[in-house]
Amino acid sequence: MKRPLRDIAHARAGDKGNRSSVSVWAYQPEHYDLIRDQLTPERLRAAFGDLLRGPIQRYELPALGGLNFVMDTALEGGVNRSLNLDAHGKSWSSMILSLEVNLPD
Amino acid sequence: MTHRIGTGAGFSADRLDPALQLLKHGELDTMVFECVGERTLAFGHRDRQANPARGYNPLLERRLRAVLPLAREHGTRLVTNMGVANPRAAAEATARLARELGLKGLRIAAVLGDEVSDLIGPDTALPEPGCTVAEIGRPYLAANAYLGADAILPALQAGADVVITGRVADPSLFLAPLAHAHGWDLGDWDRMAAGTVVGHLLECAAQVTGGYFADPGVKDVPNLAYVGFPLAEVEADGSAVVTKLAAAGGRVDLMTVKEQLLYEVHDPAAYVTPDVIADFTTVRPDDQGADRVRLGGVQGRARPDQLKVTVAFDGGLLAEAEISYAGIGAVDRARLAGEIIAERMAHLHGHNGELRCDLIGVSALHGTAQVPYPATAQDVRLRCALRADSREQAELLLWEVEAMLCCGPAGGGGYRGQITASVITESAFVDRERVRPSFEMIEVCR
Repeated sequence: MKRPLRDIAHARAGDKGNRSSVSVWAYQPEHYDLIRDQLTPERLRAAFGDLLRGPIQRYELPALGGLNFVMDTALEGGVNRSLNLDAHGKSWSSMILSLEVNLPD
Repeated sequence: MTHRIGTGAGFSADRLDPALQLLKHGELDTMVFECVGERTLAFGHRDRQANPARGYNPLLERRLRAVLPLAREHGTRLVTNMGVANPRAAAEATARLARELGLKGLRIAAVLGDEVSDLIGPDTALPEPGCTVAEIGRPYLAANAYLGADAILPALQAGADVVITGRVADPSLFLAPLAHAHGWDLGDWDRMAAGTVVGHLLECAAQVTGGYFADPGVKDVPNLAYVGFPLAEVEADGSAVVTKLAAAGGRVDLMTVKEQLLYEVHDPAAYVTPDVIADFTTVRPDDQGADRVRLGGVQGRARPDQLKVTVAFDGGLLAEAEISYAGIGAVDRARLAGEIIAERMAHLHGHNGELRCDLIGVSALHGTAQVPYPATAQDVRLRCALRADSREQAELLLWEVEAMLCCGPAGGGGYRGQITASVITESAFVDRERVRPSFEMIEVCR
């Protein structure tokens, strides 16, 4: 069953310069493995590659049920250069939560 | 003895009422106002260039007029980076205010030494863009090192009631009073990490108490309109409980704490500050219910040998202009307006830099990512933006967008335009021995 990631996870985005970081947290511990398996850096690049232009590093925090994505060159120049209305990329968290994941039926 | 430390502001324009509520009812030993970001620091420098008596947080007087009497009444010490680009002038302004309020004997310390223009030259390397200061090719504005808790501690030891800094690493504003209260050795890395985690969780104020969190129907926040600011009860061993006032809106639980734990963090195993390298993967938050989350077991390792420096450059002007289209056919009319503006800016006015045109209501914030969007919308706002070095060039964009009122597609309305001076910042690194912090104390006459 395909569902938006938002159904099983929450997220927060932050920025430093032209680097965006988004943490993604499973609501239920049993969903952590599923999220880790499906929400890979390759998946983010395939979905949002025009925006996320640099290397994407993923850190795993199994004990806390979360993943931390650190995305270089992902803010169109960053808060002081970008022409994006959301120059901080605060909304990148919602962008990632809109991705679909496969849940067991 | 437990040290009760709370947040009075988590960014430059943060609310005042939750700070006053927490001061009145939180029985705080210390309240921290964190008000500096990369942008606000650079704007502080520009304010100071225009007027040598300014360059500190524009809300300082308004905030402290309400805060100082309460802080004295409740015996709460204040630590803030509201000095921004001019901590000495901020301390003097605070002293004037204290005299006016009759707060005799109040001791106000200005922490100095974060300005390191003398350590930055044209050949200084900027690792992220991979070039030198000179190669940025824009007028240099200022350079500030991130000071640590060791720069604040002497002012606390000298008995300051109010400590005002410029650029200090945000968690250090919290770590310094904790280290002072509990007598922590600044080389005790696990304690430095424990205090840094507390500071990191509290530094953005409501972001750990339910702010920046609500998603209606998925994760709701009670009484978000009156979300409270956080406080932490910190023990001598470094363990702590993060909580809020029961009467305040918001929530403190594992979800709010975890989101904030990694906020603006890169490698969670190596959160680098001037004080310590903290391992956030060792944090085991324990939800005790009733908006109380206990933290403990944090590990740290030796602080870095270099300090990060924010180098600021004049970024020219950002021009933004908007006009709305609504009702049937709105998307096509807004898109046509954007095409006309792009055509005229490029070929009539010779603008060869980037020009961004977004359709707000259809695809704007995630426009570059090419996220699929609904084909129809009934209320669309065209937003155009560019950067320019001259005001005349910036005004051209506003003029072209406003001209859509008569010369563009049918039914455009609600034009707004603005031009904002901007600042570009990059990071450099300097050896910590070359940065020499100090403090000056002002005592309000008895």
